[in-house]
Parts: sequence; structure tokens; C-alpha cells
Amino acid sequence: MKAPYTGRKYIINIIIISIAVIFLFRLFYLQVIDDSYKISAERNVLRILPQYPARGLIYDRNGKILVHNEATYDLMVTPKDVKKLDTAELCKLISIDTKTFISRMEKARIYSSYAPSIFEREISQETYGYLQEKLVRFPGFYILARTLRKYPFTIAAHTLGYIGEADQELIDKDSYYKPGDYVGISGIEKSYEKELRGKKGVKYMMVDVFNREKGSFRNGLYDTVSVVGEDLTTTLDADLQAYGEELMKNKRGSIVAIEPGTGEILTLVSSPSYDPNLLAGHSRSKNYMKLLQDIKQKPLFNRALMATYPPGSTFKIMNALVGEQFGVLTPETRFPCSLGFHMGKIDVKCHSHASPLDLAESIQQSCNSYYCYAFKAILEKAGYKNTRASYNRWRDIVMSFGFGKKFFNDLPNELSGNIPSAEYFDRIHGQNVWRALTVISLGIGQGEILVTPLQLANFTAILANKGYYYIPHIVKGIGKSKIIDKKYTTKQIAKVDSNYFNIVLEGMSMVIESGTGTGAKIEKIKMAGKTGTAQNPHGDPHSIFILIAPLDHPKIVVSVIVENGGWGADWAVPIASLMVEKYLNKTVKRVDLEKRMTEGSVYYP
Amino acid sequence: MREQKNIFSNMDWITVGLYLAIMLFGWINIYASAYTEEHKNIFDFSQNYGRQMVWIGCAILISLIIMMIDIKFFPTVSYFVYAFILFLLISVLLLGSATAGSKSWFLIGSFKLQPSEFAKFATNLALAKYLSTIDIKMEDIKTKLTSFLILGLPVMFIILQNDTGSALVYAAFVFVLYREGLSGNILIIGFVAIAVFLLTLMIGKVLIIAVITGITAIMFIYIRKRRKEIVTLLGIFILTAGSVFMVDYAYQNVLEPHQKDRIDVLLGKTTNLKGIGYNVNQSKIAIGSGGFWGKGFLQGTQTKFDFVPEQSTDFIFCTIGEEWGFAGSAVVVILYVLLFLRIIKMAERQRSTFSRIYGYGVASILFFHFMINIAMTIGLAPVIGIPLPFISYGGSSLWAFTILLFVFVKQDACRLQLL
Repeated sequence: MKAPYTGRKYIINIIIISIAVIFLFRLFYLQVIDDSYKISAERNVLRILPQYPARGLIYDRNGKILVHNEATYDLMVTPKDVKKLDTAELCKLISIDTKTFISRMEKARIYSSYAPSIFEREISQETYGYLQEKLVRFPGFYILARTLRKYPFTIAAHTLGYIGEADQELIDKDSYYKPGDYVGISGIEKSYEKELRGKKGVKYMMVDVFNREKGSFRNGLYDTVSVVGEDLTTTLDADLQAYGEELMKNKRGSIVAIEPGTGEILTLVSSPSYDPNLLAGHSRSKNYMKLLQDIKQKPLFNRALMATYPPGSTFKIMNALVGEQFGVLTPETRFPCSLGFHMGKIDVKCHSHASPLDLAESIQQSCNSYYCYAFKAILEKAGYKNTRASYNRWRDIVMSFGFGKKFFNDLPNELSGNIPSAEYFDRIHGQNVWRALTVISLGIGQGEILVTPLQLANFTAILANKGYYYIPHIVKGIGKSKIIDKKYTTKQIAKVDSNYFNIVLEGMSMVIESGTGTGAKIEKIKMAGKTGTAQNPHGDPHSIFILIAPLDHPKIVVSVIVENGGWGADWAVPIASLMVEKYLNKTVKRVDLEKRMTEGSVYYP
Repeated sequence: MREQKNIFSNMDWITVGLYLAIMLFGWINIYASAYTEEHKNIFDFSQNYGRQMVWIGCAILISLIIMMIDIKFFPTVSYFVYAFILFLLISVLLLGSATAGSKSWFLIGSFKLQPSEFAKFATNLALAKYLSTIDIKMEDIKTKLTSFLILGLPVMFIILQNDTGSALVYAAFVFVLYREGLSGNILIIGFVAIAVFLLTLMIGKVLIIAVITGITAIMFIYIRKRRKEIVTLLGIFILTAGSVFMVDYAYQNVLEPHQKDRIDVLLGKTTNLKGIGYNVNQSKIAIGSGGFWGKGFLQGTQTKFDFVPEQSTDFIFCTIGEEWGFAGSAVVVILYVLLFLRIIKMAERQRSTFSRIYGYGVASILFFHFMINIAMTIGLAPVIGIPLPFISYGGSSLWAFTILLFVFVKQDACRLQLL
């Protein structure tokens, strides 16, 4: 039998086919033409996980670890996974109150319900132990291990520096850094950032909708391995550094010790200092603010590199050398002193001593008058009217000793000090008006001259080397291969001939034997030194001393500045001497002196 | 009339082949969507695919049993089955357990049974039985009313279960009624209704009324001499304009918030991809990321890592789209279309009216599921939670579709025994 309406099957067939065709077009559009879904799909499943390499360790010159990494634990929370738990117990474990707990949970939830965020930073090892056992009872919480910089000796805080989270400015500038990354902010941590940080790796992980990891993407085809940071060997001698910091306790100032034959900095003390561990870890910003707000002591201020002082009498050595180089001074040159230098309106006082003195004696006695005459002779060498030309020549030689300019070495934030330019005096006094007498205080290391403790130590190294130096530096080896920048192994020549150094060094050894620095004497070690007493507007003069030991084959030079410490002999001389004794003899026999120095305090309100 | 010797003789192997192909491909995708390293074993009954394996085995068993049942059994018991299902639909309302807001399950031990899945089969039986009664004419108003009553009863109970999606499928029977003589206008009215509904929500009622008025005015000028048609035209105008206001009212006051949201998402009125637009967006991402050839078996990331919700049930097509790409999706679409066309062809060759009507019912129900489900996953229809026949995970729906289909395959195999 033939049913009516048979033709209607075609209509129904057409409707079915039409729908199928619409679907096929739509599918073709979604799957083949429109690419945006592929990108969205990758964004859905791919998580780029940076792989942080361990930061390089920092050693002292004898292989003692100065900075290492310690595991620290952050308690993480994934709010979505948090189930019923004993809030009180968890609060007790990490010692927070319930209110804090609630507000932190809220914060984490606002950040993301699915992605983990830090609930408690840097849990102590002890708490970690407890927590680890009980963690199963706190669903949604887990512990993430990280590393923290640790300083086993609490020394050399300024030199080693610290690390902190990269700020937005750096992130914008350098695409290597991402928010939350750590970066060296000061000291060696900053200057050797690239070596220490190593190379971050990247791991592409696939995650599911709940952000749970589901294995690596394409079997790690696009992953890069992280490269561990290079270890650094510094030039510091940890024992000597610690000793120097001990000696400088309760005093403001600095000690810089250099191995003259290499330019390696053995000690770089800036006092007062702080425990470098304070600036590592979760109390970092709090501690930093505390240190920053100590305006009186300025513990964050690295005096060894950034404080500038008038060099005082130590600078007489400089002028003696320039005088010789100019040909205005010979070992036999004598100048009179009648309790000072008196000429025209100029009146520079001196202490009582025999007169006239020769060059070596002038150093031994630190005669002010002698160096006024000598400086006048230097500046008038090319004629009275050519003072400016002679001054420029003098300045050129002085700056070849590392004064008035930066070393651009591996210590960040150094200052250049000041050796005033002729133009400066032109501005102050008028062109072609100023003469030797106008600037005569430069002759005795006062006036506009400012030097940093590091520059002073480097100058001492030049004296020990008789005419050259290596740029003082703090790192002597990077990684296993111990590579170091060529810059630090290139001899820097000072513009005074080496034969002129002998008489000066003889004068400096007389300082120790029977001059202003007899307090530095150490049995069986022949040394040369020079005291300084830098007048300054901030109160008592700064006590300054530079020391070379042993004189025959110098192994160490030391510059010591104790702010407002009075005469060089009062503080700087014994401290420098103790440093040398410690370094060369390893043990200090002058226990009483040591005690007096470590316990003494020079503090001005 | 002749006795059959073998239950497989005269069985339509093309239909059975398509059925098996779709079902097994579906299982592969359920396996892929739930696959993890820990659960590789295909017989792992803690996983969806392991259980689906059992459902498939049972489904094949059921189809064999149906093939063995006497040909006259189903027409005879049609009304009983229908009554029994109505009884079940009422009892599930009183005794069933709620899942995701729908109270449509019986929980028997750990096994869940959804009567509404079987209601389609029962309704189809009853409708076929009724319309194949001697001297029934579709043109009679009584026939129309009775047909709509047969369809309306289960729809009512299913809506009361809060399972609007399943209820919507009963619209499929429009095809059956159309084939049996219901005016073709019903298709046009249906189409116009959908268009009015969507346009009203998309461009606002004021504008759509203006457009309708404009069209009416032009037609009025065209037919102004013929009075009778003017009356019809005015009638249509009032009806359409009225329905525009009704759509607006229904949208604002009758639809539940989640239903409104789903329509908003479809119309692009809402782009909250984390909230209500999440499902459809993730579904499109999964399918769209498949490309032409797909990511390969078990290589899907969007579905495997749970970005797509309901990925082994209502959104199973996402796994197909992602892992098998356009090629695989197209094959699935084509397999379905072949099945539907084959069933219609078979229906047309029935000598018994009951079998023909029943066959059309099978094709229509399957087609509606296919249309709504796939349209939903590719963002052409709002989210309506109904399964993709033979592919979506779930025992109830697989068995219900199998019974629905094989009762017809049996009728077809024995078509020569019937008059």
C-alpha cells in the first residue's frame, strides 16, 4: 500500500542534510580557519615555570665560605583545596592568631582560588619539622622550599652586599627578571650579579583546569635547563676582616688592607657595620628600614668606599714624591721651620722639632712648614706666573696615584674623592690670581683634597711597590677556572719614577722607628708608615695612619681612618699595627693593646 | 507470510554497522577524555570508560533480545509501556534523587536509572500505535488533539522534573506528525517562531514590531483587493506581534535565570567567560584547537585536563573535535546523517503504518539529540544538557537509544511478515 504524503520524506531529508552542512561549515570555521582557539587552548594548559638555579657561593681567599644558600620553607595555600581543618592548631604551629589566619586566607582567595600563594614566609627549620608531619591534616596547604642567603661569619656586610626582589624599574629594563626574582642590590651581590645568578631555566608544564600539574609539555622539548651560578673567590681574608671589624667596634671609620703585589683587597672594614643576615630573609625590609633610620651611625653607609676625608699629613708623602719628580726636592733639600710656616698672611702651625729638616726627617717629624715650602716650590717650578701650569702637572701626577677618580673596580658605589682642578680655583679666586700661597694647605693634605679610605690604601700600595699598582679588587676568581678580568692584572704606572720612592720610604720607616708612629712597632717586622691628623669641620680631627709591612717585601698595606679619633697615633697607628701583626703573625701578642683598641670607643653625638 | 529462520536474516546491516561504528568511536573518546597514566586499563570499572564498556555489552545483549522477541509484541504492548513509563515519571518525581537540579533519577544501589530517557521510546510506541489505528486521519481535529496529548503528558512530567532539555526533544515528533499529514505550515510556524524568538531577544521588541508592521503594510498594498486574504494577513500580523510581546514577557518573567543566561551567552549578550559563558567557551576552544587532523588519540589537553565540563557526557563531542580534528568531526556528522537517512529510507519501505510511523519517530528523536547537542558544543545553540546518541557516557541513554533503534530494526527485518 502506498501511503499519502510520501513526498514529505524529501523535505525531512533536506532539513537533516541542511543541519549537517551548517555543522560542517561551522566546524571548518572553528577548527581550520579561526586560529584563536588554538592559542586559547595553549594558554589554558601551559604554565611556564621558571627553574631557579642555586646562586653562586662566595668564598674568602682561603676557601672559607662567606655566603652560602640555606633552604627555607614557605607555607603555601591553595584556597580551593582548603577543607575543614583545625584552624587553631595551624595558627599555633606557625604562631599567628586566628584573625591573621582569616585575613591571610582572604588575601589568598582574592589572589586566586586555584593557584597557590604564600601563606607564611620562611618557616624555621624547627617549625618545618613539626608542620611536615601534620600537613596531611591541613588540606590545601603545602610547603615550598626556597633558598635564602646565609652569612656564617657576620662580617663584611657592606662588601658582600645583599639581594632583594627585582623592582619594576629593573624588570622593565632587563627582560631576564620577572616579578619575584631575586637580584643583587649592593656589594659583590650586585657587581657580580650575572655570574652569581647563573641562568634561569624554563619548564613548560601542562596543567589541568585546577592548575594541577599534569606532566611536561611535549616531553620537555621546549624546556631549558637552569645553569647554577658561579662561585666567587674573594680577595678577603675572613680572619683579618673579622679582626678589623672587632678593632673598629664602637668607632666610626674604616680599615682597608691591600696585598700590594696584586691589588687584592684583604680587608675592607666600614664601621659601624651590621649583621648581613639581617638583610636576608623575611625581616629584610623591616631591618633595612631600621638600619636606614639610624642617622647617627649610618650603618648602611660604606665608609671604605664612600666616605671622603682630607688625607692630612699622609698626603705629605705624595707631595714629597711630586717634589722629587719635579726636581725641586732631593734627599738633601732642607726647609726651615719655626713652629710653622709663616709667609705674608699665611700662617701654618707646626709642632716643635729640630730645624731645618731634610726630606726623610720631614716625613719622620711630619713637618708642616717643610711641605708648605715644598708645595710652593712645586707650583713655582715653572715660574711664579706659571703656577697654574705647574698645578696641573702636580694634579696629573697625584691623580696617577688613583686619587680624585674612581677605580671602576668590582665594588659598586665607590666615590671619586676630590683633587680640585685648576678651573675650580679659577672660579673661586679668579683666573691667574691664585698662587702657591693661595692653595698652600694642599701641601699638607688639607683644604679641598678629599680621599676615600680605599684610595689611601691604594696609595700606600703604590709606595710599597715603588711606583705602580694593580686596581684594588675584591674578587680573585670566578667559578672553577678562577678567571678574573684582565683589568686587575694590568700594572697601573704612577707618574713618579721608582727611584724617588726610596728616600720617602726611608722617612716612613723612621716614622715607625722614632717618629710620629712609634706605636706601630712590631718585633722583627720592619715597616714604613705615615700618620695623619685630618682637620675637619665635624669636631676632633680624624686619626689616620697608613702602614706598609714588611718593608723589604711588602705583603700588606693598611690604611686606617678613625673619625674624630684625634692624633694619628691615638687610634689609627695601633689599629693598623695590630692588623699587620694579625696578618703576618696570625696571632697577636700585644693583648693589652688589642684590648684597649677593641674596647675603646670614639663616639661623638 | 513466512516464518523467519534466523534472527539476523533480513536485518539491515547498514543501520547496525552505523550504530556499532558510532558507539565504538564514542567509547574510544570516553576513554580518551578520562584517560590518565594511572588508569590505562580499559576494563577499569572505577572509570567512566570501564563502565561504559559494560553498558555497551549490555546494549548489544538488549539488541539481541529485541531481535528475538516476536514481531507483534511491541505494537501490542505499546499503550502498556506508555502507561508504565508515565507511572515511572510520576514516581521519580516523588521518590527520585536530584542531580544538578533535575529530579530525574532513580537510585538503585549504585546504579542510576533515568526514566525520561526511556519515555521517548514509550511515547514513540504509543504515538505510532495510535496513528496506525485504522481510519485515523491526521486532518481530524480529534486526531491532532489526541496526538498532542500523547506527547504532552510525558513532556509535562519531564518539565516538572526540571529537565527542560529532555522535554525539548519531544519537539522532534513534529517531523513524524508532518510526515503523517500535519499541515506543512507547522514547520514554517516553528521556523518563524524560532526566528521571532531569537530576533526579539537580539534586536529588541520595538524594532522587530516595526519590521513586522512594515512587511504587513507592503503585503497589504499587494493584496488589498482580496478581502479574504486581508483578514488572514491581519490575523498573522496580530499573532506575530503578539508573540513578540509574549517572547519578551516569557524571557523576562518565565525563564529561570540559568536559562536566560544560556540564551544570553548564545546571543553574545554576555561574555563572562569565567562564569556562565565558561562551558561554551571552553567547548569551542577544545574543538577549535583540534585543527584539521586533530591532536591525535589521547593527545587532547583541553578535554583530558578537565577544562571542558561534562566532557564524557553532554560535551563528548569536544573530545572528538580536539583529538580527531575537523576530519574526525566531519566523519561523525556524516555517520549520523547516513544513519538518519537510512532509517527514513527504511521507514518508507515499511508496509505496516505502525512501523513507518515508529521509524520516523526513531529518526526524529535521534536527529534532535544530534542537532541540539552538537549545536551546543559549537556555540550554535544554548546549553541544553542532552546526550549525543550512542556516544555520550551513560547507561540509561545508551540502552534507551538502543531499544528505540532495535525495535525498529526488528520491525524492518520482519517487514515482509506484516501487512
